[in-house]
Amino acid sequence: MTDPVLSTHALVARYGDFQALYGVDFQIAEAEAVALIGANGAGKSTFLRAIMGLLPVAPDMVRLAGQPIGGTPTDRMVQKGIAIVPEGRRLFTGMSVEDNLRVAVDQAERLGRKGGWSLARLQQLFPILRDKARTPVQSLSGGQQQMVSIGRALLCQPRVLLCDEISLGLAPKVIREIYAALPEIRAQGTSVVLVEQDVGLAQSASDRLYCMLEGRVTLTGASGAVTREDIGRAYFGGSHAMV
Amino acid sequence: MQWFDALVQGVLLGGMYAQYALGMALMFGVMKIVNVSHGDLVILLSLIGISLASKLGLGPFAVMAALVPLAVGLGWLLQKAVLNRVVGEDPLPSLIATFGLSLALQNLMLQIWSANSRSLPGGGLESRSLAFGGIHIGLLPVIVLVFAVALTWGLDLLLRRTRFGRALRAAASDVEAAAMTGINPRAVYASATAIAVGILGFAAVFQSLRSTVAPSDGGAQLIYAFEAVIIGGMGSVWGAFIGSMVLGVTQAIGFRIDPGFGVLAGHLVFLLVLATRPQGLFGRA
Repeated sequence: MTDPVLSTHALVARYGDFQALYGVDFQIAEAEAVALIGANGAGKSTFLRAIMGLLPVAPDMVRLAGQPIGGTPTDRMVQKGIAIVPEGRRLFTGMSVEDNLRVAVDQAERLGRKGGWSLARLQQLFPILRDKARTPVQSLSGGQQQMVSIGRALLCQPRVLLCDEISLGLAPKVIREIYAALPEIRAQGTSVVLVEQDVGLAQSASDRLYCMLEGRVTLTGASGAVTREDIGRAYFGGSHAMV
Repeated sequence: MQWFDALVQGVLLGGMYAQYALGMALMFGVMKIVNVSHGDLVILLSLIGISLASKLGLGPFAVMAALVPLAVGLGWLLQKAVLNRVVGEDPLPSLIATFGLSLALQNLMLQIWSANSRSLPGGGLESRSLAFGGIHIGLLPVIVLVFAVALTWGLDLLLRRTRFGRALRAAASDVEAAAMTGINPRAVYASATAIAVGILGFAAVFQSLRSTVAPSDGGAQLIYAFEAVIIGGMGSVWGAFIGSMVLGVTQAIGFRIDPGFGVLAGHLVFLLVLATRPQGLFGRA
């Protein structure tokens, strides 16, 4: 494998006295899609938040192209090329679809980030973003809101896109529509980390996967090669099998 | 005729209130920061302006040119040194911090300027008037209203059409999501408070031209600004302007009914709006 774009090294994170991550080693190469699966409370979202600078971590624990960046303020992480589609979408309510996206365009300009994504291109990828441009985001359906959230993250022109449960609560048809955008995102050279509850979906959409349990990585391997049994053991515990 | 005159005077008075309310609309209405020292900042700036005028012999507009940049700097410092430490989901810390600041400012002003009332000499500007038909309108209130309209228009445009405005609205909606989109919320908030207090630089000049100011007067300006923002609706700049007009007209009509009833009439209308339309005239339910 080529040198990783983003990697974590014995990443530890805690919320006050509660330790949520116990030494997570992770890496992702350019344009690669890596899935992160695990039960609720396994630490998947915490892992993304720790990468994003939303939890205090040591600089060496997170590296971007080899450079230590752990614990950098979140807005500076965006400047360095990491963007997130957060859990629960977290759109700017009270603002229109277009204004939500414009915020990302504005900041990418301000931070000097250049890339292949433009408002027009996103509107081709998700036509709803053009049809509902003037609509306040809170009146969109869940799937449409998810498209705005993904669009907003892409307009940050990221090298690495972190996606936190983008299929949660959506209809299968909408999920397919959203995942269909993945190849185009990767064709841009963007690496994609997918936190996903749906194991089958995670396997089919990714090159490699990591399974987490109680703040530790319990399984990692090529998505096509790991078996359901391996995943079952890694997902629910019993033995901490490593592949 | 008497009532029409009251209406005109009310609108003009509303122009003064709008200048207090705009900064409040930005801080309380958009950023959800409760700044209890809002009125005291107006008074502080007024007293600084009066001292500048008497020491350096500046005219009112020269004072304004000096005061507005000073106010901008003061606002930026207020956000950086105090408010950025207490902003968050909970409005209580900012309320307590600025309440303390309000008391400290009042005592500081008493120390420097004593409790005497002062005003800014306007070189005759404050007593000139224009006559339309049977109604005499003071030139100064008209200038105040023109400034209020211009400031409201400018602030509304800034919020709706500029990169800064979008970033501020985004940060006010979800600070963490804003940071995830590359916004530095603390920097944006510092600029917003600088603008909010900067507008008080205009208000301070007009306040001290049209009446007298004393260190303990801040409370009334704070209440009028709060009432205007809530009557108009949180988050709406033109709403705060209209709220100021409603407050001004109600007070002017109240004064005609009975000179002691004016201020109370304003508070009653505020309570009426709060009871029947708590989201304000222009607020979203």
